Amino acid sequence: MPVPEVADSFTGQINQITLGAAKAEGGSRTKTVTVGGAKNVVYGGSFDDAGEKPVIAMDVLDSKPHDWPGALAEQYKNVFDSPGDWAKKCVQEFGAELICLKFDGIHPDRQNRDAAHAVKVTEQVLRAVGVPLVLWGCGNDEKDNAVMPKVSGAAKGEKCLLGTIKQDNYKSLTAIALADGHFLIAEAPLDINIAKQINILASDMGFPLGRIVMFQATGALGYGVEYAYSIQERQRLAALTGDKMMAMPVICDVGYESWRAKEAKLADAPGWGPAENRGPMWEAATAVCLLQAGVDIIRMRHPKAVETVRKFISEIWS
Amino acid sequence: MALTGLEIFKLLPKTNCKKCGMPTCLAFAMQLAQKRAKLEDCPHVSQESKQKLAAAAAPPMRKVVFGRKDAQLTVGQETVMFRHEEKFYNPTVLAVTISDKLSGNDLNSRIKAVNSLQFERVGTKIGVRAIAVTNDSGSPEPFAQVCAQAAKQACPEPGRGGWSRERRANNSPADSSTSLGTSLALILVTESPQAAAAALKQIKDTAGTPLLAAATAKNAEEMAKVAKENGCPLVAKAESIEALADLSEKIKAAGVEDIVLNLSTGSLKEKLYNMTRMRVLSLKKVFRPLGYPTVSFVLGGSPEQQMAEACSLICKYSSIVVVETVEPYAILPMLTCVMNIFTDPQKPVQVEPKVYAIGEPGENSPLMFTTNFSLTYYTVESDVEASRVPSYILVVDTEGTSVLTAYSGDKLNEKTVADAMAKGNVASLVKHRKLIIPGYVAVMSGKLEEATNWEVMVGPRESAMLPKYLKEVWK
Repeated sequence: MPVPEVADSFTGQINQITLGAAKAEGGSRTKTVTVGGAKNVVYGGSFDDAGEKPVIAMDVLDSKPHDWPGALAEQYKNVFDSPGDWAKKCVQEFGAELICLKFDGIHPDRQNRDAAHAVKVTEQVLRAVGVPLVLWGCGNDEKDNAVMPKVSGAAKGEKCLLGTIKQDNYKSLTAIALADGHFLIAEAPLDINIAKQINILASDMGFPLGRIVMFQATGALGYGVEYAYSIQERQRLAALTGDKMMAMPVICDVGYESWRAKEAKLADAPGWGPAENRGPMWEAATAVCLLQAGVDIIRMRHPKAVETVRKFISEIWS
Repeated sequence: MALTGLEIFKLLPKTNCKKCGMPTCLAFAMQLAQKRAKLEDCPHVSQESKQKLAAAAAPPMRKVVFGRKDAQLTVGQETVMFRHEEKFYNPTVLAVTISDKLSGNDLNSRIKAVNSLQFERVGTKIGVRAIAVTNDSGSPEPFAQVCAQAAKQACPEPGRGGWSRERRANNSPADSSTSLGTSLALILVTESPQAAAAALKQIKDTAGTPLLAAATAKNAEEMAKVAKENGCPLVAKAESIEALADLSEKIKAAGVEDIVLNLSTGSLKEKLYNMTRMRVLSLKKVFRPLGYPTVSFVLGGSPEQQMAEACSLICKYSSIVVVETVEPYAILPMLTCVMNIFTDPQKPVQVEPKVYAIGEPGENSPLMFTTNFSLTYYTVESDVEASRVPSYILVVDTEGTSVLTAYSGDKLNEKTVADAMAKGNVASLVKHRKLIIPGYVAVMSGKLEEATNWEVMVGPRESAMLPKYLKEVWK
């Protein structure tokens, strides 16, 4: 039986960006990563509308974490004190396409490390791996403003993804990312209006829209994933219908959020199955859910979860 | 899809006879479109128009009900492509397979494993809702036998919370002790009309209304006959969207209206694209041959792969998902995915306002409050747990809003907090008189101290800082 035509085509599309600069472009990356470019909603239209395949950025922390659940810490305990080796392990053993260097250790309430430390770690990781880097501050505005510009400088010309800028704290990072040739992560707290506003603010400072990636905040499965899910769907639709201020690729933070979930971190929960399976499963499930709404870069932690998600991505974006 | 007033007007007699009580047929049509009038009020409308209007009024996706009388499952009747447009209505039914090649202890333990896949999250029971008996043997007798045994023994256990007994005793809602009192629905997976008929004969008194899967182009008439005789909904299984549309029409013509669609071939990628296209065709194009709920089978692969496939199919429009794994660590995320995606986006999920004990707090343990917006509460809960400092969390009823929203909406003030403290009888829980409040509402400290005579301690703004606060500031 002939069925009616479904011609849902859109005028807009998600920006396509390429992270990482090779030698010829003034950087030292041996690989670059291109994301974005979707011309339809997820699974909408034809296969060609899907854009570039989403990529996984594996987290490396600048300082040894003290609160990682056992099932996760087990994977990295030998490299916790050496971010360079940690990054290398993620790339060589687990196939990370990007490394997200997360500067938790500079937070005043954690180890309160200084800029010299952050710069050293950045240089170590740049030397250790050839994939592009995400450089992500600690979340304390004052400290990030003091340290992240130095980090940016240490990776100047590498076309890193630097973040995050927020509605009430965007100027110093935007200026330095512009000067050092990086891309920016614009963070909004599950609020689509604020998300747009930050892009406008950065753009008003002369920062190119084509170099912004949006972070809408992430909720883990069972802990608000549906909020992130719907915001991402709404953003994708806004972009497709022509809103240039919303046409950025999206990053989400699945690793941190899903390992906060009870279902992932509780060591002893006999009814839910063994912890070494449960945690990676929860992380992978969160990522898979968000992929259904449209996401371009996924921050993850456990190699087993990464493997599950990579397999799913390769089946869909083949 | 509902017709507009003008479209309805074209189907009316256009006599402006006023017998319906409206001045003109057009006015009547407008009222009809807004569902403020009934078609019966028009004495002159033609039989043909009546049928057209009734057909147009039917929802674009049919509702199908199956399962046992005490635990009926409703699938279909969805209205939107994206949950934020309205909401997804009937949560995906998760089913697990049982092969009719199993017998004896193997069969018993498989049924037991499926029965145990019941959980409790946020005070709500979630679980596997159906057993899909698969006719792997190829012959009717074992199929009928296994169906009969599954029908008899499929009685889920009460939900498992996962965390320690003390916690559950303290925190699980009052109704957790009541039995589920329900049994799992059956899905009969066979393409043999003989096997289907044999099984249905065996279980007709025990299994309520099973879902019969499936009719194909080859067996459609015979299967439809079995389904019709037994009053079962029937799955239509075909290899393409076009073939599926043909098949559903054929089954409908044979007298079965409760149909569930199954695309049987293609990679996961093709399935997800086709499921999306079918959803558009049924909802946006009101293409009736595809206006039915759907079922997907995720058979084979590791538990991880099954989880990933199942979650994508739950998000993308499968009304029923049948999996093979019985690993709780794979099933729980699937069920949580259903719960999250089918949450009403207009209604914030709330937790019960009361005092929650984290760990085993005593009379010297810290007491803090937060709001009853589930996201806020669970974030705080998770961070307090991480601190390993046994504590009491008092949940103030703010109608499901977060701390700042509740404060600016005057739902979080010294009075609501004092009320919650009185209701939770916190004075009897702790000896000290210190209350930790969220850093974002530090401004209410003064008034709160006046209203309660408790010492107010301003906690951190971000709950992630609670572990540090509880360890270092709280003494």
